[in-house]
This record gives sequence, C-alpha cells and structure tokens, in this order.
Amino acid sequence: MQVTSSVREPLVTGGKTYKDVTHDVARQVEGKPTIGWMLGLAVSIGVLLLGSIAVGATVWEGIGMWGLNKTVGWAWDITNFVWWVGIGHAGTLISAVLLLFRQKWRTSINRAAEAMTIFAVICAAMFPVLHMGRPWLGAYWALPLPNVFGSLWVNFNSPLLWDVFAISTYFSVSLVFWYIGLIPDFATIRDRATGLRKVIYGALSFGWTGAAKIWMRYEAVSLILAGLATPLVLSVHTIVSFDFATSVIPGWHTTIFPPYFVAGAIFSGFAMVLTLMLITRKLFKLEDYITMVHIELMNIVIIITGSIVGIAYITEFFIAWYSGVEAEQYAFINRAFGPYWWAYWSMMTCNVISPQLFWFKKIRTSIVFTFALSIVVNIGMWFERFVIIVTSLHRDFLPSSWAMFYPTWADVGVYLFTFGLFFTLFLLFAKFFPVINMAEVKSVLKSSSEKVNK
Amino acid sequence: MERDTNFVLGIYDDEDVLKEAVTKVRESGVKIHEVFTPYPVHGLEDVLGYRRSRLPIAAFLFGLCGTCLALTMQLLMMAVDWPMIIGGKDHAAIPAFIPVTFELTVLLASFGMVGVFMISSDLKPWAQPRIFDKRSTDDKHVMAIDIAVNAGMEEAKIKELLEASGASEVNNKSFE
Repeated sequence: MQVTSSVREPLVTGGKTYKDVTHDVARQVEGKPTIGWMLGLAVSIGVLLLGSIAVGATVWEGIGMWGLNKTVGWAWDITNFVWWVGIGHAGTLISAVLLLFRQKWRTSINRAAEAMTIFAVICAAMFPVLHMGRPWLGAYWALPLPNVFGSLWVNFNSPLLWDVFAISTYFSVSLVFWYIGLIPDFATIRDRATGLRKVIYGALSFGWTGAAKIWMRYEAVSLILAGLATPLVLSVHTIVSFDFATSVIPGWHTTIFPPYFVAGAIFSGFAMVLTLMLITRKLFKLEDYITMVHIELMNIVIIITGSIVGIAYITEFFIAWYSGVEAEQYAFINRAFGPYWWAYWSMMTCNVISPQLFWFKKIRTSIVFTFALSIVVNIGMWFERFVIIVTSLHRDFLPSSWAMFYPTWADVGVYLFTFGLFFTLFLLFAKFFPVINMAEVKSVLKSSSEKVNK
Repeated sequence: MERDTNFVLGIYDDEDVLKEAVTKVRESGVKIHEVFTPYPVHGLEDVLGYRRSRLPIAAFLFGLCGTCLALTMQLLMMAVDWPMIIGGKDHAAIPAFIPVTFELTVLLASFGMVGVFMISSDLKPWAQPRIFDKRSTDDKHVMAIDIAVNAGMEEAKIKELLEASGASEVNNKSFE
C-alpha cells in the first residue's frame, strides 16, 4: 500500500513518468556535450594545469616553497585539508544518515553529493601527501610497515595516523557506496545504448538485470552500508579534530572540537552541495527533480548546523574565560582582536550571521540568495579552519618566536590545483555518469510525485 | 542445456498490480523464474517467498575480523615488537587504539559484505547477463516464467493467467 500525503510538497514535479525519469537523466550521458559543460571543463582543466605548476614546484623544491615558518608550521595545507574533508561530509550524510531516517528527498541529490564527497576527499588528501615533502615515500611511511632500519612501527598513539586510517576508510567506503548505487543506473544506460557505449556501460553495470532477488540484497547492502557510514561520518571529522584537540596548543586543546568540527563539516558540505546542485539543475535542465523543496530542506540543514557552529564559537570563548587559563584566554582575545582579526570577523560574519538569513522563507526559497549564501558559507568555513590553525600557532609560548604567516604563490597554486581537480572530476562525472539516481527517484515517484499529490 | 531457454514474460506497468499478480500466479501453482524491476519494489520479496538476505551476518563477521585484526596488529606492533612510551601512555594504550580499530572494523565489514553481495549475485564487469526485456531497467516490471520448469502446465494457460493477473503484455522469450 502506498502512503501519500496531500500536505507535503511533491518531490518530483512536472507530472513525470518512469520513462521520463530515464529520458531526462540519461539525456546528458547520451547526448553531445553542451557548450556550458565544455566551457566549464576548459576552465577547470586550465586552473588544474596552472595549479600543477605549484604542485610540481613543491615536489621538486620541497615544502620550503610554501609560506610556512618555524612558528607557523602548518597553515594553508592543513586549512585546505580540513576544509576539503568537511566539504565531503554532506555526501555521506545525505546518502547514509538520510537513508537511515527514511528521508525520501535525498533521492534526487544523493548521487551528486556522494560524487562530491569522493572528489573532495581526493583534493583533501593532496595536502598531507604533499606536506610529507617526499610524496613518493609518503604512502610507505603512513602504512603499518616496519621501518627499514629496524622494526620501528608507525605510531598508533598519533592522531595523524588515525587520520590516515579514517580518511582512507572514509574514501573507500564512500566509493563503494557510490558505485553500488550507480550499478542499476549503468544497466539502464547499457540497455538503451549501442556500439562502444554499450560495451563500456555493460562492463560498468557488472551484469545487472534488476532481478527481484538481487534488488533485495542490494537494499540490504545499502542499508548496512548506510549504518556503517553514519558513524564513519562522525568519526572522520572527530578524528580530524583530534589532530588539534589532543595537542596542548591554546585554542586547540578543547573537548568541544569533535562535535563542533562535525557540525561545521556538514554545514560547509551542504553549502557546497547547494552550489553544485544549483548549477547542475540549471545546466542539465533538472528543475523537476531538484525542486525548491530540496533546496529549502538543504537550507534548513544549513540553519541548524550553522547555529550549532555559532554556539560552538561562543562556547569556546566562554570556556576560555571560565577555565581561568591565561594562555587560553589570550589565544581567544588574540583571535578576535589580534593581527588576524579580519579573518576572525570574516568567519563570524559568513558562518554565524549570514546563514540566519535563511530563517526568512523568501530568502531560503530564492535561488539567487541560496547560491550566494552557499558560497559565503564555504568562504566562512575556510576562514574558520584558517583562524583555528594560524591564530593559535602564530603566537607561540615564547614571544621571541612569534611570527606571521604569509602565503606564497605555491600555497595559492596548490589550492587552485585542488579546485581545478575537483571541478574537472565533477564535470566529467556529470557528463558520463547519471547525475541523479534514476532507480531511487523511480521508487519514490508513486508516492511523492506531483501526479499522486493532485 | 535443454532447460531454461524458453520463457513466457508478463509485462506489468504498476508495482501494486505486479505484487498482486505474483501472489495469484504462485497460488495457481505456476513457478516464477524471476521478476525484474527497474527499481526496488518493497514487499515484492515477501510475495515471491524469498528468504531474508543473510548479508547482515556476513557484514557482522567481517566487522568482527576487522576488530580482531586491528587490535592484534596494534598490540603486536606497539606493545610486543617495539614497546615505546609515547606521551606517557601505556604500551598497550587501548583507548588510543580505538580510532584505528573502529575504522578497520567498518572497512572490513563494508568490503567483506559488498564482496559477498557481488559474488552471491554474480555481479562482475565481464558478466554477460541474459536480458529478458530491456524495458525492465527503464519503466516496466517483467515476470519471467520458465516453460520447462512448469512442464505440467500448458503454455497457453500460463499466458491466460498472466493476462488475467493484469499484465499489459504477454510475450515469449527464447535464449540460444
């Protein structure tokens, strides 16, 4: 029995049939690339190539190319790493947590959000790998293998090693989750294709037939993967926050970091999903699938997580005062009124004040405002990572070693490289893979489409 | 192979009609080879009489292996082979080993379960599946009935039964 609601807004508009779903989504994969897509890809590859000069210089010369100094030993690299990992969180949240909560609105956006997760994690991983100085040895150092000079092992007490395990597990599980979801849709494209495309999508679809028995197993696998990925979402950013929280640096050594980082990650992740989805729906004419309901619900998640982040900022200040630890108090006053005040107040404006605008229905249902604010949130979250890292490090325990951080062209270039990489991968995905999960959208069509609600 | 080459296909447009049809067909004593749908139809496995998937058990066992592997590895490396005091922690610093243990548990559980799913469902890149009707990955539900298995029943009777159960089309399908 189908349970339908006349109160809730439909999730698929335009009176779509099952055939329409296949047609509208497969159109991008089967048709010639659009000018908008080609232009986007050209710009992305251009940025990627430009940035690869900085990556090449870093690998060739060493990380002395970056603006790090002996006081600020981590700056843009770790800022960008944490930021990119955070961006990735919305994908798994949408596909796993919302699946567990039986939220049907996830079906139109989960595929692209998961792709975003995977590409964002690849971009994130670039930074610690390059920071190793000799990346071709990095993989060897990070693996639990004995040291060549004796049986000295990697340090399992170190949050940095926990990161290696957390990020690689997160990446692998997200990749598997994403691919399992793609298999039925690849089969749909295979069955519509001819020639070389049929061979390629035939291989990608792993021989999927849509048999009821396999669908039953598929659903069991999806649900368990969602159950496993949900704590993984929480664990990854919790572990990333341990990189700081387990240290003794004022401004880092706080127990609020794990939940605060997780909320921040979901906050920035949803903002990036919105940025990408608003462009994708327009470029690929998918307005009937990614509707205002989806946009509004994502904006509501942004209000909630943005408010949690705001409370976390205030709590940090309160605890610094309440703890009575002078170094901690100084660190926080320095953040707000020290030489990096501009970064701190940019963070506060972008992350705490601007998302509150979404309380107004007119703003959260406006495409223009949503797009602008999604970018503002992403800028704000970058500043948050920068503020946490650089303002805590630049004032050492010894005033004689106090220093400022100034990024070099290589810092900027490596960051640009990851942007180029991210958008190149995303655009290739959007062209060659079905950007919306056809099978899952079809499964909610009967209960949540416009036709039913009429 | 003699068996398993000639089928009667019932094509259905609606999932609810399909589920009722499956019940009717099974009640009439006809054995259904398989039903193919473009999306997961909830409740279909019940009317088809499928047993619950045992994949959760596989996931649990693989997860358990991950936990054991992670704990054994960390204890052997940090407490047995090369014990060092780090940050004033014990050699066997179990709380510090929890993050890696958790990650390896999740990793092995996920990969193990997906591996079992792939093998048990015969999903592989080089697979050449038998496609009964291409529309089953688009917008139609397809019920396949193996004529050889239902040898006691006339083909015309099976077709009649499918039509009566609400099939929008009834076709024959043969494989070489």
